[in-house]
Amino acid sequence: MTASTEIFEDVLVADVAEQDDRFYYASQWSLIWWRFRRHRVAMISMALLLVLYLLAILPGFFSPYLPSTRFESYQEAPPVRLYWFDQNPEGGGFVGPHYYGFEKTLNKETFKYEFAPILDNPINLRLFAPGPEYTIVGDWTATVHFLGTDVEEAPPFMLFGADRLGRDLLTRTLYGARISLSIGLIGVALSLILGIVLGGISGYFGGLTDEVIQRLIDFLISIPSLPLWMALSAALPRDWPVLKTYFAITIILSILGWTGLARVVRGKLLALREEDYAMAAKAAGTGEARIIFKHLLPGFTSHLIVTITLMVPGMILAETALSFLGLGIQPPAVSWGTLLQDAQDIVAIAQHPHQLIPAAWVMAAVLLFNFVGDGLRDAADPYSDH
Amino acid sequence: MVAYIVRRSVMLIPILVLISIVSFTIIELPPGDWVTYQIENLRASGIQLNEEEAERLIKMYGFDEPVWKRYIKWMRGILFKFNFGWSFQWGKTVNELLGERLPLTLLISILALIVSWVVAIPIGIYSATHQYSVLDYIFTFFGFLGLATPAFLLAMVLAWNIFKYTEFSPLGLFSIEYMDEPMSAEKFVDMLKHLVLPLIIIGLNGTGALIRVMRGNLLDELKKQYVITARAKGVNEMRLLFKYPVRMSMNPVISTIGWVLPGIFSGEVLVSLILGLQTTGPLLLRAVLAQDMFLAGSIVMILSVLTVLGTLLSDILLAVLDPRIRYGGASAR
Repeated sequence: MTASTEIFEDVLVADVAEQDDRFYYASQWSLIWWRFRRHRVAMISMALLLVLYLLAILPGFFSPYLPSTRFESYQEAPPVRLYWFDQNPEGGGFVGPHYYGFEKTLNKETFKYEFAPILDNPINLRLFAPGPEYTIVGDWTATVHFLGTDVEEAPPFMLFGADRLGRDLLTRTLYGARISLSIGLIGVALSLILGIVLGGISGYFGGLTDEVIQRLIDFLISIPSLPLWMALSAALPRDWPVLKTYFAITIILSILGWTGLARVVRGKLLALREEDYAMAAKAAGTGEARIIFKHLLPGFTSHLIVTITLMVPGMILAETALSFLGLGIQPPAVSWGTLLQDAQDIVAIAQHPHQLIPAAWVMAAVLLFNFVGDGLRDAADPYSDH
Repeated sequence: MVAYIVRRSVMLIPILVLISIVSFTIIELPPGDWVTYQIENLRASGIQLNEEEAERLIKMYGFDEPVWKRYIKWMRGILFKFNFGWSFQWGKTVNELLGERLPLTLLISILALIVSWVVAIPIGIYSATHQYSVLDYIFTFFGFLGLATPAFLLAMVLAWNIFKYTEFSPLGLFSIEYMDEPMSAEKFVDMLKHLVLPLIIIGLNGTGALIRVMRGNLLDELKKQYVITARAKGVNEMRLLFKYPVRMSMNPVISTIGWVLPGIFSGEVLVSLILGLQTTGPLLLRAVLAQDMFLAGSIVMILSVLTVLGTLLSDILLAVLDPRIRYGGASAR
């Protein structure tokens, strides 16, 4: 008994020593990762964000239909519900995941269509069921869908309900995620390039260049962003192809987006260029570009990542607002903003609250990015409390 | 003090020039010049317009001159005649349209700014003095939620719910029964009722960030030695808090007006649009959709100039409140 305890303690001591070693030899990035892992909210948000992006990369697979498929007589149908137990009062019992078709009746008093489930005909759902053909990338197509039914001529399975033209809102939300979620990343990438170049020049060279760039940033920050974006996107021709409009919008968003990044880059460069190792590199005759990118940039990459993560939601919101106003992505292309156009007036929302579902997705994406960014900010400086 | 104000005002001039250039670029941006477009429009609608008159129109708006001359002409009109141009869409001068809409925009924006302060400062103080308490977490959560919720969505959902549960329609500035009435006490109360929702929505949009700033500053301030000394001497906690630390941590809040104001103007555009308020926001959207660019460019310019002036005011206010800025600033900069 005593022997085993001793062995146990030996192992424990060795473990602590090993952990110490692990800490001292760990790279900055593994330290950041360890720190980030302890931030539970941020970890969960990160996982959920990855799921969101997976959905956005493969919208065809995860959605049951195609974004342009219209179901006649299902205009503005409410969401169908997914059941596990038979809802028919005479039947009952477990039948697995299924849903019911709708019966549409005209209410003679309000003159509105009402949808009621037909309870005696459960339609079973299964994973990886066949459905309409969709393209994955280029010519690569598939017909397998994540969730579907083998029943022939089944009524549409619309978990989020239908829009004004009877198109499946879940499908459209997933296809919309492709544009809405990627526009944030691409817009931020563009801003990052502008921010690093201009902030780098400003911080490293200082003097008059610095002064000019700083005033430019002051100026850009002082312009109300939405009115400027609106005015700029007004200049985009309405008949441009989707891809062109998409990139034009990202450029418009990054025109104002780079300023925050440039400030971070400049501030950090100003601090780091006074460090001994920067001086040493200079004394050794290293070129300025190499000093900036090889020696100084790695010193604040983690801070840049934090700033970037916190910038993405702003871009997503901006795209949503522009498309919502009819100034961004143009139909037939789908983004969360264009979907929300259906929910523009209050009467429409009051009658069909499910039109607001895409809004919940916008908020979820924005919140998740904020949580991840918050966790990263705490982790970005791994040496701060050791 | 006067020297400080003069210096700050002079620094404003290049920014104002830049704003005017950007606004003029916006006017010029859409492909094809709009005089040609308008002439075609007039002809299409059956109005007889001979070449001479078309020439006259082009000359009148200076489209036979190079860009920089047009810019100078436009600026001269604004600076010396206070004439922003002509809105084709409305058939009125831009001045007239702005005169109708701008006062309400200003009223809503300034009140929204005050709302965001009134909410954010006490919450920031509470969160800092009760760090990691339940309420602190709740405020933080709602702050995040406020950041994540687009103002226009909040406006839609709240307006719908208010309408559903209270039968009071928060749209517009007045209820229908007061629409054509002269101003009276009841009408004023009715207007206030309609203003509550937009003010809360626009104001709260910036509140989350302000709470973070206030909380962070106060936390830093409370760690300083003068606070510890005062506490050691037995100064009452409330007095200790409000005498210096709160005042000190409010400085950055005031100096952030510069970046809160653009957010408020942006939020106001969308919220007014949804709540049907006759401000510059809906006017801008319609101008932009119809490519009525003189109007669109002028609105962007006015809103930007107002923001810059707001920043100037906040800088002056800061100098009044904080002697270190007014004396230290001159030598440091």
